[in-house]
Amino acid sequence: MRLVHMILHEMRHLRRSWRLLTIVVVLAAFGMLSPVLARYMREFMSMLPEGEQIAAVIPEPTTADAVSQYLKNMGQFGVALAVLLAMGAVAREKERGTAALVLVKPVGRAEFIGAKFIALGLALAVGVASAALGCYYYTIVLFEPLDLGAWLAMNALLLLFLLVHAALTLLFSTIARSQALAGGLAFGLVITLAAAASLPTVGEYLPGALLTWAGELALGAETTGWPALAVSLIVVAAALGAAVGIFRRQEL
Amino acid sequence: MEAIRTEGLTKFFGDVVALDGLSLAVPRGTIFGFLGPNGAGKTTTIRILTGLARATGGRAWVTGTEVKRDSRRVAARIGYLPEDVAFYGWTTPREFLDYVGSLFGLSAAEAGQRSAELLGLVGLTDVAGRRVGGFSRGMRQRLGIAQALVNRPEVLFLDEPASALDPAGRKEVLDMIGQLRGQCTVFMSTHILADVERVCDTVGIIAEGRLVTEAPQEELIARYAAPVFEIEGDSGTEKAMQRLERELRPIEWVSGVALEGTTLRVTVRDAEAAKRLLIAAIARSGLPLRRYEMVRPSLEDVFLRLVNRDRGGA
Repeated sequence: MRLVHMILHEMRHLRRSWRLLTIVVVLAAFGMLSPVLARYMREFMSMLPEGEQIAAVIPEPTTADAVSQYLKNMGQFGVALAVLLAMGAVAREKERGTAALVLVKPVGRAEFIGAKFIALGLALAVGVASAALGCYYYTIVLFEPLDLGAWLAMNALLLLFLLVHAALTLLFSTIARSQALAGGLAFGLVITLAAAASLPTVGEYLPGALLTWAGELALGAETTGWPALAVSLIVVAAALGAAVGIFRRQEL
Repeated sequence: MEAIRTEGLTKFFGDVVALDGLSLAVPRGTIFGFLGPNGAGKTTTIRILTGLARATGGRAWVTGTEVKRDSRRVAARIGYLPEDVAFYGWTTPREFLDYVGSLFGLSAAEAGQRSAELLGLVGLTDVAGRRVGGFSRGMRQRLGIAQALVNRPEVLFLDEPASALDPAGRKEVLDMIGQLRGQCTVFMSTHILADVERVCDTVGIIAEGRLVTEAPQEELIARYAAPVFEIEGDSGTEKAMQRLERELRPIEWVSGVALEGTTLRVTVRDAEAAKRLLIAAIARSGLPLRRYEMVRPSLEDVFLRLVNRDRGGA
């Protein structure tokens, strides 16, 4: 029950600080824009000076382009938001002293970290849901209907991809003395993971492969990415476990 | 059983010794003033006793429970106000107190009722719906006291509760602490002697991580304070006072002389000798007197004497 109150407290913080609204607005905007950009890219290009030559080589847009655009946008801006949200979650509270004020009560450090992660996850889930809804609608309007089950599964994989980054950033936020350092470490890791995702064989096991699988899943392909899914779940669990273990040893 | 007990508590930060074998016992129901200069180890002691930090060595008990063995049990029975209390600026006092109540396992109704009681106690009822972010330092401190009392603690830890407040704020906070007498044990750290003199019944003096002494305030003053005589001359007697100061300083029964304007403060080793001979010395000097008084020694006199002695001073 205490954990529920802590999660509600975190959610209230996200709402009052406009963070939740920012996530929803930004992700919903990119969700809706993705199929629109895919559909009208040729028209946009032709409006540029000498853009008609470029537009001429752009192939006829398809549903696959809309999905690809969506995953690319969400993979970038979703990750950036996950890092920005999580980087101060613990570090800022340690810096300001609010963590000590709460943890001197009969509250476990695992509950403290757990509440933060669950609230972050819920906020990201709401953001992804709003993006998914917008993208689904405009894809149907501008292209063709998509399989709803596959679409939901694709977004679940996308959410897991974002949660991996949120969990790792939360770990850095626990380790670091300041949120700026936590953010720096997290963005460094994002770049490293993105670079490693393009490596043959290794890339299949990294969270980035979830987006590849998600895209193919939405378009009805048979391919899977179970190793990446397993690794992602392990990374989330390990990052949270490490954050709790480290936080328990820290003095406030 | 004591409310707080420590045995040989040590704490190192690298090579720096913050606590050097601190042993103390705080009786239940007292308002205990933990007095020491800045950097003496007061905050470190409180952080260890509240479970926020770990001791390098030694043991500590709060309400009979060893802190490092069951810090959660201890947490359920204590209240804590940090030196520089910080809140979530987006919450209102009522929301924050309700949240703290939920952390102590109170139902929503119980938490709401307790919040209302405490807001009344600390005089924040009128601003219960305003965001804490816009609060003054004094208001935050009062809310800090309220949040520390949500669980009706057996032991209340206050770290420099009035140090950063203006005189009005200080009076409010100290009055509030005084009202807690008999309700719980209060462990109050401070470097301000006047605050201790005003509300504390028992005093522990810490210097350089070691407990110098611990006793009821009156006993401490009686035990350690040397008698003090204050001599105040008329205006324009500064030079005469300086001459008197020079005359008194080498006398055997005088242990210290301090001149401020036209007021001379004479600390003596032998009160009986001083009563007979000091007035004679003043008469010899021909000084026009405005006031001559044997004053009650203050805790400040005791503190300075003990801390200086502990540091190897005079």
